[in-house]
Amino acid sequence: MTRIDLTGLGVRPAQVWGGVRLVPLVRAEPVGGLRLHREAYGSGVRRDGGGRDGGYVSHLSAPSSVDAGDGTVYTSYIPHGFVADWSGTDREEAVYGTRLGDGPPATVPLRAPHHRFAKRRRGERRLRFLPLHLALDGYLSLHFGGPPVLWEEWSRDALRRGLSPRAEAAYAGVEVPGLAEALRIFELHPGQCGVLVYAADALAGAFVVPHPEDYRLLHPTLVEDLYGEQVHQYAHYGAPVPDFTARIRDGAGGIRNLADLRAAAREQERRWAEAHDGLMARDLLETPYAFERVYRMGSFALYRFLPPFLRDGREQHIGELITDHKGRTAYLKTFRLSDAQVRRGYLLRRLASCDWHVGRAAEALGTAPEELVRRIRAAGFGELLDAHGLAQARRKRQEG
Amino acid sequence: MSELVAAEDVLLFVNAAVTATGQREFRSSAAEQRLSLGFLHEYVRVNYRPLYASCLALDINDHNAALVVEQLLRTPGEAGDGEGRLVAARLARMAPQRVYRLFGRLREAGVNNRRTRAIVREWLAARPDPALDAVKYRSGVKGALRHAHLPPADAETGDFLFAPGKRVRYGNPTLEAYRRAHYDESAVYALPFSVAEGFAARHGVDRKVFLERIAPRMTRLERLRTTRTAGPGADLRGMPLTRLALHVLALPFAERAERRGELTGALRAAALRAAGPYAGSWGRVAAVLDDSFSSSGSAVKRRRPLAVALGCHFLLEALAAPGAYTGLWTSGGTDPLLVRPDGPTPLGLRILDALDGGPERLVIVSDGWDNAPPGLAGEVLRVWRSRLDPERRTAAVHVNPVYDAGVFDVRRLGPSVPAVGIRDAEDLPALVEIAGFAEGRTGLTELRTYLDRRVADFLAGHGEGEKA
Repeated sequence: MTRIDLTGLGVRPAQVWGGVRLVPLVRAEPVGGLRLHREAYGSGVRRDGGGRDGGYVSHLSAPSSVDAGDGTVYTSYIPHGFVADWSGTDREEAVYGTRLGDGPPATVPLRAPHHRFAKRRRGERRLRFLPLHLALDGYLSLHFGGPPVLWEEWSRDALRRGLSPRAEAAYAGVEVPGLAEALRIFELHPGQCGVLVYAADALAGAFVVPHPEDYRLLHPTLVEDLYGEQVHQYAHYGAPVPDFTARIRDGAGGIRNLADLRAAAREQERRWAEAHDGLMARDLLETPYAFERVYRMGSFALYRFLPPFLRDGREQHIGELITDHKGRTAYLKTFRLSDAQVRRGYLLRRLASCDWHVGRAAEALGTAPEELVRRIRAAGFGELLDAHGLAQARRKRQEG
Repeated sequence: MSELVAAEDVLLFVNAAVTATGQREFRSSAAEQRLSLGFLHEYVRVNYRPLYASCLALDINDHNAALVVEQLLRTPGEAGDGEGRLVAARLARMAPQRVYRLFGRLREAGVNNRRTRAIVREWLAARPDPALDAVKYRSGVKGALRHAHLPPADAETGDFLFAPGKRVRYGNPTLEAYRRAHYDESAVYALPFSVAEGFAARHGVDRKVFLERIAPRMTRLERLRTTRTAGPGADLRGMPLTRLALHVLALPFAERAERRGELTGALRAAALRAAGPYAGSWGRVAAVLDDSFSSSGSAVKRRRPLAVALGCHFLLEALAAPGAYTGLWTSGGTDPLLVRPDGPTPLGLRILDALDGGPERLVIVSDGWDNAPPGLAGEVLRVWRSRLDPERRTAAVHVNPVYDAGVFDVRRLGPSVPAVGIRDAEDLPALVEIAGFAEGRTGLTELRTYLDRRVADFLAGHGEGEKA
């Protein structure tokens, strides 16, 4: 499995508000056997968080701290979580913070390192996880261990602690200008199970759920999700994007009766779907990803994926998805990496592929070691370097 | 050329003045609406003052009528003939609370010219019960009297307003009831509803008991508004069509289904009343009615666009020849009583469905945000008009209940179909007449003639009302 498979999801015409374009994805029939619910954490301080006139109520919780057991404390701010339910009961009622059982709701138990953000209670056929945390965790822990060999350029700390602490910035949806308003006035399509969010016509994120009812409930949570730095900038500085309005060609003799006109109108819908998949969502759908299975639940599997970190100007997304036994997407959530984040990923990949040897990595990159060191510093990994070792290495090269 | 532009500007203003209320809409905030509307008023007043004034004779809404009056009275130097009569006639038809609010605004703005004082004087003199006004709109009456330097209607009302402690008791029953209501619960029920509500709360009267006993003193709309708490059984006969539609849409689905016969009957009766002499005269009619999510309106105009669509549904049914009406909702629903604002707006495909029947008239009721796919409705209408129906066998009109602040007009589907603003479904026949001008082929002269005719009718109606 290397690509995202959106079989069964049809594209419907986009709705535009300012610089934000929302493309609805609909399913002819929902994915059987899996439901996704929202789960509110914490005390739920209510606050109006939806743009100018108020729209959505976001549920803020105090940052929750969890003892991981070995003295480490994991603290996170959790706007909301998801519950994947594959028990097959397909209950109709909206589940909203009621499925937690009797445990204190503000905590997320963490034990096994890989299952930190996806937790299943014993005996239940339900999995709780925090949206995008899996994906971000995957990106942040990329070559987290640091250099395996203490080449002279690296500091001792780099060997001992790796990349820790590693941090990346993201923006909440409410801070992305125009997004809250665009989501508020969005008109849901019948059978809609997902949406692609574009800011200034760059794909900001994809969101797919198994069932239309789930989507209806989770649509407002898009405004509480994380969006990359680039998305925020595009939405901030980008001009309003135009609607792709329908055009019917009615040259001589083209349309003679209402049936022709209807056919031409249908043709417009089909052409939009093609144009969208081939042009606007191409980078998301055609990039080969590295998938890692995080959890298996019945015939469904929860994955997270990383892009190839190629520097060819294409969009790079990280994300998480649940597929059924045929590999079709039941749940998908992506996060657009900014150019700087792609550069960091690329650099780490290349360094790791050369066992973190600066000279060999520079050669592989076709550049001088000094230049590579500069790039490592610019990417924010300067603390891993050892000034003394660098000087020594340079002297050696000059002498040699 | 300038004539066409002028005609266009005036029609644009009429559309705005019919629909905009300065309140929040689904897609724009109250501030945006007010800013946009304020500019439009000033622009039209400065450039087309006589036409601006004659808009008072059209079915523009009360919010805009008050704005027009305010603008006219603020700039007396540019006034033309007959403005005063138009203003007086319009004020006589407006709800008193709106007129008092307008007087208050004039007072704040320091507008106190001779014409303003005369208009205030005449309007107050024509009020049927000054004592009731003094109780119900106390601060409004006081402000108006002070501002226009007018004596109160009689000595008792004067004392009630300006020297409340002076008299031990009043001869006028309303004023006396107001005095007694402070300590005597039974006197509360002789007061107007809005005043009595406060006293009832002070006496701790149970809401249900209060509503039951005050019922004879309520206005028609107050009765409709409180009918949910008072329990069903409210009299829906005689309600205006759009109000009734709003009321129906506010009911839960189960109740709508349960009272289907009663509600449908009331809506049909109101529609027949609104259709008046035109009933059954429109031939084969097809309507495309927008029940997309955006027709839910805003918190202050809850489901207004949907209510207009529902009202139009029943009105068109009454206007069409018996059995020759088809109403198509954008959601594909077939039960108008259980309609809900949900889903996208595939107007283009619905218009095609409507044209399939070969109607004589096509009416589209929508806010104009055609989004599945965007612009298809305009394209379908364009191609259909240019290729399939160049002889105009079918008259198409788009009525739009939402003012778009960004374009200073209601949003259009395309140049090939005229768009007019609509506030109440009842006005549909008159608006379809205006739509003829909006097609852009008639000039300013025809428009002027039309407006003059409407003004004459309007003033004549006012004169008769005064005599009666």
